[in-house]
Amino acid sequence: MALQSLDIARRSATTTPAPGVRQTTEVAKLIDVSTCIGCKACQAACMEWNDIRDEVGICSGVYDNPADLTAKSWTVMRFAEVEEKGKLEWLIRKDGCMHCADPGCLKACPAPGAIIQYANGIVDFHQENCIGCGYCITGCPFNIPRISQEDNKAYKCSLCSDRVAVGQAPACAKACPTGAIQFGSKEQMKDYAAKRIVDLKSRGYEKAGLYDPAGVGGTHVMYVLHHADRPELYKGLPNDPSISPLVSLWKGFAKPLASVAMAAVALGSLFHFVMKGPNEVSKELEDELEKEDAK
Amino acid sequence: MMRNPKDLTRYDAQERANHWLVGICFILLALSGLAFFHPAFFPLTQLFGGGVWARILHPFIGVVMTLAFVVMFFRFKSLNVMTPADKEWLSRVGEMIDGDDHNMPEQGKYNGGQKMMFWIMSLCVLLLFVSGIFLWRAYFSLPVDVVRLGAVVHAAVAAFMIGMTMVHIYAALWVRGTVRAMVYGTVTRAWAKQHHRAWYRQVTGKS
Repeated sequence: MALQSLDIARRSATTTPAPGVRQTTEVAKLIDVSTCIGCKACQAACMEWNDIRDEVGICSGVYDNPADLTAKSWTVMRFAEVEEKGKLEWLIRKDGCMHCADPGCLKACPAPGAIIQYANGIVDFHQENCIGCGYCITGCPFNIPRISQEDNKAYKCSLCSDRVAVGQAPACAKACPTGAIQFGSKEQMKDYAAKRIVDLKSRGYEKAGLYDPAGVGGTHVMYVLHHADRPELYKGLPNDPSISPLVSLWKGFAKPLASVAMAAVALGSLFHFVMKGPNEVSKELEDELEKEDAK
Repeated sequence: MMRNPKDLTRYDAQERANHWLVGICFILLALSGLAFFHPAFFPLTQLFGGGVWARILHPFIGVVMTLAFVVMFFRFKSLNVMTPADKEWLSRVGEMIDGDDHNMPEQGKYNGGQKMMFWIMSLCVLLLFVSGIFLWRAYFSLPVDVVRLGAVVHAAVAAFMIGMTMVHIYAALWVRGTVRAMVYGTVTRAWAKQHHRAWYRQVTGKS
């Protein structure tokens, strides 16, 4: 339960500070796309640890299975075939929540405590407070949350916040057979990524780099990409993601402005009444009509 | 209060029922909608049985209001056509607000301000209905940029319309003898002669 925790950085639809006396190390998951073999052990581990079983779907003709994230599939491998320098490259990206430092879902959420950002950087949905409006989907720059058709609650990767809370790595990282999914402090992960990038560059991937987009304040799920200059190659990973200006306007500036404006109209009306008095029907007109009636 | 048989009928029963159906829906929509807009208003969801129920009910109430408003729109549309006298009235609305309405130009059933309110409210309902459809995820699934635009339009227009409604309600309370027109349908002859003289002459045949 979020409120029993002492290390909450932010809480949705809450204007006062969250309980945050305890500071914890910022964590991160590093997904090294260059060493991923697309085995989907991470998908299997995710459903096993979180105890969710998606419906058995159909093969759509490609390796992506299931074809998209759902309320019961919090991570999916996305397979892209691209040609680079006359050679086929099979780019396999494990998609799921990026755990943004500046989460668009949390910013958009109207339900107090339905979305929690812990001091360690994990952005977690608390479905018992979720009202099912889908504003998190509207706010997310990565198109991650999904509303369940069964209970109308929003679901997504929790970065195994329950495991992390007791010092364990997320289930996907634990299951990965090639070490493509690493987990640790954000600093450690950056150091690890730097070594991988040096290695990739020495193998001819001059544009290899770390995907930790600054537009959302950095993320707590990062990628090592062979083509960091073109993240969109990886099944549409956004190039420079940020919270949409429309969402910032809607849930930022507009909220206090409109509230004050509405209060001003209400108070303005009251003060108009007490200062100018009511607009009464004139006594003269009433008397005049009475006289006419008397005739 | 005894009613004078010589009072003038301003709204018949259907018109009154239609207006109050819109009014009740609007109040429910404003209360539930504000709850999703700013955390300070979130406790208002308790009036609807909690956040989930507020989220479920809000769009359905919106559809009822839109239908009732469309009927009301066609009822009153022809009475709200702007005339030069209305523009003259609007240009001098400052005097009215200042509390001195004696020199205001003669008005028909509705004055320029009321007509403005009619058209503004109509536009607001249209925008709220369309943008509200964009946000209704239970039944509609639109591209995320459309939903984002819808969210901004819905919130901005709703806040504006709540302000306009407060002006509408205040105007009715401020001008004494007005609320009864929408409650039991009649106004006094003196009220009509003072505020809507052209309409008074039209319905009484007097000068």
